[in-house]
Amino acid sequence: MEPDSLCTISYVFALIISLLVIRVTYVLYWTGRPFKRAPTTSLRTMIVLGSGGHTAEMLSIVNVLQKDKYAPRSYVAALTDNMSLQKAQVYEESLLNSENNVEKKGGAQFMQIYRSREVGQSYITSIGTTIVAIIHAMWIVLKLRPQVILCNGPGTCIPLCACAYLLKLVGWRWSTIIYIESIARVKKLSLSGFLLYKLPLADQFFVQWPLLQQKFPRSQYAGRVM
Amino acid sequence: MGERKGVFVTVGTTCFDKLVAAVDSEPVKAALFRRGFSHLQIQIGRGTYIPSKVAGEVGGLEVDYFTFSPTIADHLTAASLVISHAGSGSIFETLRLGKPLVVVVNEDLMDNHQAELAEELANRKHLFFARGPHLLAQTIESMDLESLVPYTPGDPKHIADQIDAFFGFTSQGEGSVPNGEKEKEPA
Repeated sequence: MEPDSLCTISYVFALIISLLVIRVTYVLYWTGRPFKRAPTTSLRTMIVLGSGGHTAEMLSIVNVLQKDKYAPRSYVAALTDNMSLQKAQVYEESLLNSENNVEKKGGAQFMQIYRSREVGQSYITSIGTTIVAIIHAMWIVLKLRPQVILCNGPGTCIPLCACAYLLKLVGWRWSTIIYIESIARVKKLSLSGFLLYKLPLADQFFVQWPLLQQKFPRSQYAGRVM
Repeated sequence: MGERKGVFVTVGTTCFDKLVAAVDSEPVKAALFRRGFSHLQIQIGRGTYIPSKVAGEVGGLEVDYFTFSPTIADHLTAASLVISHAGSGSIFETLRLGKPLVVVVNEDLMDNHQAELAEELANRKHLFFARGPHLLAQTIESMDLESLVPYTPGDPKHIADQIDAFFGFTSQGEGSVPNGEKEKEPA
Protein backbone atom coordinates (compact mmCIF):
# COMPACT_ATOMS: atom_id res chain seq x y z
CA MET A 1 0.00 0.00 0.00
CA GLU A 2 1.22 3.49 -0.81
CA PRO A 3 2.33 5.55 2.20
CA ASP A 4 -0.06 8.27 1.03
CA SER A 5 -3.23 6.15 1.23
CA LEU A 6 -2.05 4.64 4.51
CA CYS A 7 -1.80 8.15 5.83
CA THR A 8 -5.29 9.02 4.58
CA ILE A 9 -6.75 5.89 6.13
CA SER A 10 -5.24 6.67 9.52
CA TYR A 11 -6.52 10.24 9.28
CA VAL A 12 -10.03 9.02 8.46
CA PHE A 13 -9.81 6.48 11.24
CA ALA A 14 -8.71 9.09 13.77
CA LEU A 15 -11.49 11.38 12.59
CA ILE A 16 -14.13 8.67 13.03
CA ILE A 17 -12.85 7.84 16.50
CA SER A 18 -12.85 11.45 17.62
CA LEU A 19 -16.33 12.02 16.16
CA LEU A 20 -17.53 8.96 18.05
CA VAL A 21 -15.95 10.16 21.29
CA ILE A 22 -17.51 13.59 20.83
CA ARG A 23 -20.90 12.03 20.13
CA VAL A 24 -20.74 9.68 23.13
CA THR A 25 -19.70 12.55 25.38
CA TYR A 26 -22.52 14.67 24.00
CA VAL A 27 -25.12 11.94 24.62
CA LEU A 28 -23.75 11.22 28.09
CA TYR A 29 -23.87 14.94 28.87
CA TRP A 30 -27.51 15.24 27.89
CA THR A 31 -28.60 11.97 29.50
CA GLY A 32 -30.74 12.83 32.49
CA ARG A 33 -30.85 16.56 31.71
CA PRO A 34 -34.37 17.95 31.60
CA PHE A 35 -35.70 19.52 28.42
CA LYS A 36 -35.24 23.31 28.43
CA ARG A 37 -38.39 23.90 26.45
CA ALA A 38 -41.51 21.77 26.41
CA PRO A 39 -41.98 19.86 23.15
CA THR A 40 -44.62 21.55 21.02
CA THR A 41 -46.04 18.27 19.82
CA SER A 42 -46.95 15.20 21.79
CA LEU A 43 -44.28 12.58 22.45
CA ARG A 44 -44.46 9.11 20.94
CA THR A 45 -44.39 6.91 24.02
CA MET A 46 -43.43 3.27 24.31
CA ILE A 47 -44.56 1.50 27.45
CA VAL A 48 -42.83 -1.76 28.33
CA LEU A 49 -45.03 -4.08 30.35
CA GLY A 50 -43.84 -6.86 32.62
CA SER A 51 -46.25 -9.27 34.15
CA GLY A 52 -48.59 -9.26 37.12
CA GLY A 53 -47.43 -6.67 39.61
CA HIS A 54 -45.16 -4.91 37.09
CA THR A 55 -48.06 -4.30 34.72
CA ALA A 56 -50.36 -3.10 37.49
CA GLU A 57 -47.75 -0.55 38.61
CA MET A 58 -47.06 0.64 35.07
CA LEU A 59 -50.72 1.09 34.19
CA SER A 60 -51.29 3.06 37.39
CA ILE A 61 -48.60 5.49 36.22
CA VAL A 62 -49.92 5.66 32.65
CA ASN A 63 -53.34 6.33 34.13
CA VAL A 64 -52.21 9.63 35.67
CA LEU A 65 -50.08 10.84 32.73
CA GLN A 66 -51.41 13.64 30.58
CA LYS A 67 -52.68 11.46 27.75
CA ASP A 68 -52.49 14.18 25.11
CA LYS A 69 -48.83 14.88 25.87
CA TYR A 70 -47.70 11.26 25.75
CA ALA A 71 -49.25 10.09 22.52
CA PRO A 72 -49.50 8.00 20.48
CA ARG A 73 -48.75 5.24 22.93
CA SER A 74 -47.49 1.77 22.18
CA TYR A 75 -47.31 -1.13 24.59
CA VAL A 76 -44.73 -3.89 24.38
CA ALA A 77 -44.87 -7.12 26.38
CA ALA A 78 -43.17 -10.50 26.24
CA LEU A 79 -44.55 -12.97 23.72
CA THR A 80 -45.39 -15.40 26.51
CA ASP A 81 -47.37 -12.81 28.44
CA ASN A 82 -50.86 -12.39 27.04
CA MET A 83 -52.45 -10.95 30.16
CA SER A 84 -50.47 -7.70 30.23
CA LEU A 85 -51.29 -6.58 26.69
CA GLN A 86 -54.92 -7.53 27.29
CA LYS A 87 -55.02 -5.29 30.35
CA ALA A 88 -53.43 -2.45 28.40
CA GLN A 89 -55.93 -2.95 25.59
CA VAL A 90 -58.86 -2.84 28.01
CA TYR A 91 -57.38 0.32 29.53
CA GLU A 92 -56.88 2.09 26.18
CA GLU A 93 -60.41 1.14 25.11
CA SER A 94 -61.78 2.58 28.32
CA LEU A 95 -60.00 5.84 27.43
CA LEU A 96 -61.60 5.94 23.99
CA ASN A 97 -65.02 5.32 25.51
CA SER A 98 -64.67 7.98 28.15
CA GLU A 99 -66.53 11.14 27.24
CA ASN A 100 -63.93 13.83 27.70
CA ASN A 101 -61.25 12.26 25.59
CA VAL A 102 -59.11 14.67 23.65
CA GLU A 103 -57.36 12.32 21.28
CA LYS A 104 -59.31 10.13 18.94
CA LYS A 105 -56.38 10.15 16.55
CA GLY A 106 -53.79 7.44 16.24
CA GLY A 107 -54.88 4.94 18.80
CA ALA A 108 -52.56 2.75 20.78
CA GLN A 109 -50.37 0.03 19.34
CA PHE A 110 -49.69 -3.29 21.00
CA MET A 111 -46.65 -5.43 20.25
CA GLN A 112 -45.10 -8.58 21.59
CA ILE A 113 -41.39 -9.16 21.89
CA TYR A 114 -39.33 -12.36 22.04
CA ARG A 115 -37.82 -12.98 25.40
CA SER A 116 -34.08 -13.53 25.57
CA ARG A 117 -34.50 -16.31 28.09
CA GLU A 118 -37.50 -18.20 29.35
CA VAL A 119 -37.57 -19.46 32.90
CA GLY A 120 -35.66 -22.74 33.03
CA GLN A 121 -34.08 -22.42 29.58
CA SER A 122 -30.47 -23.61 29.29
CA TYR A 123 -27.74 -20.98 29.01
CA ILE A 124 -26.37 -22.40 25.75
CA THR A 125 -29.61 -22.11 23.80
CA SER A 126 -30.25 -18.74 25.42
CA ILE A 127 -27.29 -17.28 23.47
CA GLY A 128 -29.23 -17.89 20.26
CA THR A 129 -32.53 -16.65 21.65
CA THR A 130 -30.82 -13.54 23.05
CA ILE A 131 -29.53 -12.64 19.57
CA VAL A 132 -33.03 -13.14 18.15
CA ALA A 133 -34.47 -11.03 20.98
CA ILE A 134 -32.01 -8.19 20.31
CA ILE A 135 -32.75 -8.14 16.57
CA HIS A 136 -36.45 -8.20 17.33
CA ALA A 137 -36.02 -5.37 19.83
CA MET A 138 -34.18 -3.28 17.22
CA TRP A 139 -36.96 -3.90 14.71
CA ILE A 140 -39.58 -2.81 17.26
CA VAL A 141 -37.67 0.35 18.18
CA LEU A 142 -37.16 1.24 14.50
CA LYS A 143 -40.84 0.66 13.81
CA LEU A 144 -42.27 2.51 16.81
CA ARG A 145 -39.64 5.30 16.87
CA PRO A 146 -40.34 6.10 20.53
CA GLN A 147 -39.41 9.50 21.94
CA VAL A 148 -40.18 8.33 25.45
CA ILE A 149 -39.65 4.83 26.82
CA LEU A 150 -41.34 3.98 30.09
CA CYS A 151 -40.27 0.78 31.78
CA ASN A 152 -40.28 -0.74 35.23
CA GLY A 153 -38.23 -3.85 35.38
CA PRO A 154 -39.09 -6.80 33.21
CA GLY A 155 -36.01 -8.18 31.45
CA THR A 156 -37.60 -7.40 28.10
CA CYS A 157 -36.90 -3.71 28.64
CA ILE A 158 -33.12 -4.17 28.49
CA PRO A 159 -32.76 -5.01 24.76
CA LEU A 160 -35.34 -2.31 23.93
CA CYS A 161 -33.53 0.36 25.94
CA ALA A 162 -30.13 -0.74 24.62
CA CYS A 163 -31.34 -0.50 21.00
CA ALA A 164 -32.92 2.89 21.61
CA TYR A 165 -29.70 4.10 23.21
CA LEU A 166 -27.65 2.83 20.29
CA LEU A 167 -29.87 4.78 17.88
CA LYS A 168 -29.40 7.80 20.15
CA LEU A 169 -25.60 7.40 19.92
CA VAL A 170 -25.60 7.26 16.13
CA GLY A 171 -27.85 10.30 16.13
CA TRP A 172 -30.79 8.63 14.43
CA ARG A 173 -33.37 9.41 17.09
CA TRP A 174 -33.32 10.86 20.57
CA SER A 175 -35.39 8.90 23.03
CA THR A 176 -35.73 9.57 26.72
CA ILE A 177 -35.62 6.47 28.90
CA ILE A 178 -37.62 6.63 32.11
CA TYR A 179 -37.28 3.79 34.55
CA ILE A 180 -39.51 3.25 37.58
CA GLU A 181 -38.17 0.48 39.80
CA SER A 182 -40.85 -1.89 41.03
CA ILE A 183 -42.29 -1.35 44.50
CA ALA A 184 -41.23 -4.93 45.24
CA ARG A 185 -37.61 -3.72 45.34
CA VAL A 186 -37.04 -2.37 48.82
CA LYS A 187 -33.33 -2.91 49.48
CA LYS A 188 -31.82 -3.90 46.14
CA LEU A 189 -32.35 -2.91 42.54
CA SER A 190 -33.51 -5.50 40.04
CA LEU A 191 -30.97 -6.58 37.43
CA SER A 192 -32.68 -4.41 34.78
CA GLY A 193 -32.71 -1.46 37.15
CA PHE A 194 -29.09 -1.96 38.10
CA LEU A 195 -27.96 -2.04 34.45
CA LEU A 196 -29.98 1.01 33.42
CA TYR A 197 -28.68 2.92 36.47
CA LYS A 198 -25.02 1.98 36.15
CA LEU A 199 -24.47 2.20 32.39
CA PRO A 200 -26.21 4.85 32.63
CA LEU A 201 -28.96 4.53 30.06
CA ALA A 202 -31.90 5.94 32.01
CA ASP A 203 -32.64 9.67 31.92
CA GLN A 204 -34.95 9.50 34.87
CA PHE A 205 -34.68 6.74 37.43
CA PHE A 206 -37.31 6.36 40.14
CA VAL A 207 -37.29 4.08 43.15
CA GLN A 208 -40.23 3.63 45.48
CA TRP A 209 -38.48 3.33 48.83
CA PRO A 210 -36.40 6.12 50.43
CA LEU A 211 -33.72 3.70 51.64
CA LEU A 212 -33.09 2.50 48.10
CA GLN A 213 -32.79 6.11 46.96
CA GLN A 214 -30.05 6.66 49.54
CA LYS A 215 -28.13 3.69 48.20
CA PHE A 216 -28.43 4.97 44.63
CA PRO A 217 -28.09 8.76 44.90
CA ARG A 218 -28.78 9.51 41.23
CA SER A 219 -32.21 7.93 41.57
CA GLN A 220 -35.30 9.87 42.56
CA TYR A 221 -37.87 9.09 45.19
CA ALA A 222 -41.32 10.49 44.53
CA GLY A 223 -43.48 8.26 46.67
CA ARG A 224 -45.01 4.89 45.92
CA VAL A 225 -47.36 4.15 43.05
CA MET A 226 -49.39 1.46 44.82
CA MET B 1 -74.65 -18.60 66.00
CA GLY B 2 -71.99 -15.90 65.68
CA GLU B 3 -71.28 -14.24 62.36
CA ARG B 4 -69.50 -16.30 59.71
CA LYS B 5 -65.90 -15.25 59.36
CA GLY B 6 -64.17 -16.45 56.23
CA VAL B 7 -60.53 -16.87 55.35
CA PHE B 8 -59.45 -16.45 51.74
CA VAL B 9 -56.20 -18.03 50.60
CA THR B 10 -54.68 -16.96 47.28
CA VAL B 11 -51.56 -18.01 45.35
CA GLY B 12 -52.34 -15.76 42.36
CA THR B 13 -51.16 -17.19 39.06
CA THR B 14 -48.30 -19.05 40.70
CA CYS B 15 -47.90 -22.64 41.77
CA PHE B 16 -47.44 -22.75 45.54
CA ASP B 17 -48.50 -26.23 46.63
CA LYS B 18 -46.67 -25.97 49.94
CA LEU B 19 -48.87 -23.09 50.99
CA VAL B 20 -52.07 -24.88 49.96
CA ALA B 21 -50.92 -28.02 51.77
CA ALA B 22 -50.02 -25.99 54.86
CA VAL B 23 -53.40 -24.28 54.90
CA ASP B 24 -55.05 -27.69 54.48
CA SER B 25 -53.08 -29.15 57.40
CA GLU B 26 -54.63 -29.80 60.82
CA PRO B 27 -52.47 -27.37 62.83
CA VAL B 28 -53.36 -24.42 60.57
CA LYS B 29 -57.03 -25.31 60.35
CA ALA B 30 -57.19 -25.77 64.12
CA ALA B 31 -55.44 -22.44 64.66
CA LEU B 32 -57.86 -20.66 62.34
CA PHE B 33 -60.84 -22.30 64.04
CA ARG B 34 -59.55 -21.26 67.45
CA ARG B 35 -59.20 -17.68 66.19
CA GLY B 36 -62.91 -17.73 65.38
CA PHE B 37 -62.92 -18.36 61.65
CA SER B 38 -65.65 -20.55 60.27
CA HIS B 39 -64.76 -21.24 56.67
CA LEU B 40 -61.82 -21.39 54.33
CA GLN B 41 -61.79 -20.60 50.61
CA ILE B 42 -58.58 -21.58 48.80
CA GLN B 43 -57.50 -20.37 45.36
CA ILE B 44 -54.93 -22.98 44.32
CA GLY B 45 -53.79 -21.45 41.01
CA ARG B 46 -51.53 -23.67 38.93
CA GLY B 47 -50.83 -25.95 41.88
CA THR B 48 -51.49 -29.68 41.81
CA TYR B 49 -52.15 -30.24 45.50
CA ILE B 50 -55.90 -30.61 45.96
CA PRO B 51 -57.14 -29.69 49.43
CA SER B 52 -59.81 -31.81 51.06
CA LYS B 53 -63.25 -30.26 50.70
CA VAL B 54 -65.04 -30.20 54.00
CA ALA B 55 -68.67 -29.26 54.41
CA GLY B 56 -69.56 -27.33 57.53
CA GLU B 57 -69.55 -29.48 60.61
CA VAL B 58 -69.72 -28.76 64.29
CA GLY B 59 -66.32 -27.98 65.75
CA GLY B 60 -64.51 -27.67 62.44
CA LEU B 61 -63.68 -25.39 59.57
CA GLU B 62 -65.62 -25.47 56.30
CA VAL B 63 -63.15 -25.81 53.39
CA ASP B 64 -63.62 -25.13 49.69
CA TYR B 65 -61.24 -24.42 46.82
CA PHE B 66 -61.02 -23.34 43.19
CA THR B 67 -58.19 -22.83 40.67
CA PHE B 68 -58.75 -19.42 39.08
CA SER B 69 -61.54 -16.91 39.18
CA PRO B 70 -62.11 -13.54 37.55
CA THR B 71 -63.79 -12.45 40.78
CA ILE B 72 -60.85 -12.57 43.17
CA ALA B 73 -61.90 -9.11 44.33
CA ASP B 74 -65.25 -10.46 45.54
CA HIS B 75 -63.52 -13.18 47.53
CA LEU B 76 -61.17 -10.63 49.07
CA THR B 77 -64.04 -8.34 49.95
CA ALA B 78 -66.01 -11.16 51.57
CA ALA B 79 -63.05 -12.43 53.61
CA SER B 80 -62.25 -11.50 57.21
CA LEU B 81 -58.66 -12.67 56.81
CA VAL B 82 -56.51 -13.15 53.71
CA ILE B 83 -53.56 -15.52 53.45
CA SER B 84 -51.52 -14.80 50.34
CA HIS B 85 -48.33 -15.55 48.46
CA ALA B 86 -45.87 -12.67 48.38
CA GLY B 87 -46.84 -11.29 44.95
CA SER B 88 -47.17 -7.51 45.00
CA GLY B 89 -50.47 -7.64 43.09
CA SER B 90 -52.23 -9.74 45.74
CA ILE B 91 -50.61 -7.82 48.58
CA PHE B 92 -51.70 -4.37 47.47
CA GLU B 93 -55.16 -5.46 46.36
CA THR B 94 -55.75 -6.89 49.85
CA LEU B 95 -54.26 -3.90 51.68
CA ARG B 96 -56.37 -1.48 49.64
CA LEU B 97 -59.47 -3.32 50.87
CA GLY B 98 -58.21 -2.95 54.42
CA LYS B 99 -58.28 -6.69 55.10
CA PRO B 100 -55.97 -8.33 57.64
CA LEU B 101 -53.31 -10.14 55.63
CA VAL B 102 -50.82 -12.91 56.28
CA VAL B 103 -48.16 -13.15 53.58
CA VAL B 104 -46.37 -16.47 53.21
CA VAL B 105 -43.08 -16.42 51.33
CA ASN B 106 -42.36 -19.16 48.81
CA GLU B 107 -38.85 -20.18 49.79
CA ASP B 108 -38.50 -22.40 46.72
CA LEU B 109 -38.40 -19.45 44.33
CA MET B 110 -34.86 -18.84 43.10
CA ASP B 111 -34.87 -15.07 42.96
CA ASN B 112 -36.91 -14.44 46.03
CA HIS B 113 -36.88 -10.69 46.13
CA GLN B 114 -40.59 -10.67 46.96
CA ALA B 115 -39.75 -11.44 50.58
CA GLU B 116 -38.25 -7.91 50.70
CA LEU B 117 -41.57 -6.24 50.06
CA ALA B 118 -43.56 -8.40 52.49
CA GLU B 119 -40.92 -8.00 55.16
CA GLU B 120 -40.83 -4.22 54.80
CA LEU B 121 -44.63 -3.99 54.95
CA ALA B 122 -44.62 -6.30 57.99
CA ASN B 123 -42.06 -4.04 59.72
CA ARG B 124 -44.46 -1.19 59.10
CA LYS B 125 -47.23 -3.28 60.65
CA HIS B 126 -49.39 -3.38 57.52
CA LEU B 127 -49.46 -7.18 57.41
CA PHE B 128 -48.22 -10.36 59.05
CA PHE B 129 -45.34 -12.22 57.53
CA ALA B 130 -44.44 -15.91 57.58
CA ARG B 131 -41.06 -16.83 56.18
CA GLY B 132 -42.30 -20.12 54.74
CA PRO B 133 -45.48 -22.22 54.95
CA HIS B 134 -44.15 -24.17 57.95
CA LEU B 135 -44.44 -21.01 60.06
CA LEU B 136 -48.04 -20.30 59.10
CA ALA B 137 -49.77 -22.01 62.07
CA GLN B 138 -47.48 -20.21 64.49
CA THR B 139 -48.12 -16.85 62.78
CA ILE B 140 -51.89 -17.33 62.96
CA GLU B 141 -51.73 -18.29 66.64
CA SER B 142 -49.66 -15.29 67.62
CA MET B 143 -50.99 -12.52 65.35
CA ASP B 144 -52.58 -9.53 67.02
CA LEU B 145 -55.12 -8.10 64.56
CA GLU B 146 -55.42 -4.94 66.65
CA SER B 147 -51.78 -4.10 66.06
CA LEU B 148 -52.20 -3.68 62.30
CA VAL B 149 -51.73 -0.20 60.82
CA PRO B 150 -53.98 0.64 57.83
CA TYR B 151 -52.01 1.03 54.61
CA THR B 152 -52.19 4.40 52.88
CA PRO B 153 -51.95 3.77 49.14
CA GLY B 154 -49.24 5.65 47.26
CA ASP B 155 -50.02 8.18 44.56
CA PRO B 156 -48.46 7.69 41.10
CA LYS B 157 -49.21 11.36 40.37
CA HIS B 158 -45.96 12.41 42.08
CA ILE B 159 -43.90 10.39 39.62
CA ALA B 160 -46.02 11.61 36.69
CA ASP B 161 -45.39 15.21 37.85
CA GLN B 162 -41.63 14.60 37.86
CA ILE B 163 -41.80 13.14 34.35
CA ASP B 164 -43.82 16.16 33.19
CA ALA B 165 -41.29 18.48 34.80
CA PHE B 166 -38.48 16.70 32.96
CA PHE B 167 -40.06 17.45 29.60
CA GLY B 168 -41.06 20.94 30.68
CA PHE B 169 -44.78 20.20 30.43
CA THR B 170 -45.25 21.78 33.84
CA SER B 171 -43.16 24.33 35.66
CA GLN B 172 -43.77 22.87 39.10
CA GLY B 173 -42.74 19.46 40.29
CA GLU B 174 -38.98 19.85 40.07
CA GLY B 175 -37.60 18.75 43.39
CA SER B 176 -41.01 18.64 44.98
CA VAL B 177 -41.55 16.31 47.87
CA PRO B 178 -44.70 14.19 47.80
CA ASN B 179 -47.11 16.08 50.01
CA GLY B 180 -46.59 15.13 53.60
CA GLU B 181 -45.14 11.86 52.50
CA LYS B 182 -41.53 12.35 53.42
CA GLU B 183 -40.99 8.95 54.94
CA LYS B 184 -39.22 8.38 58.19
CA GLU B 185 -36.41 5.91 58.36
CA PRO B 186 -37.38 2.70 60.05
CA ALA B 187 -35.28 2.27 63.18
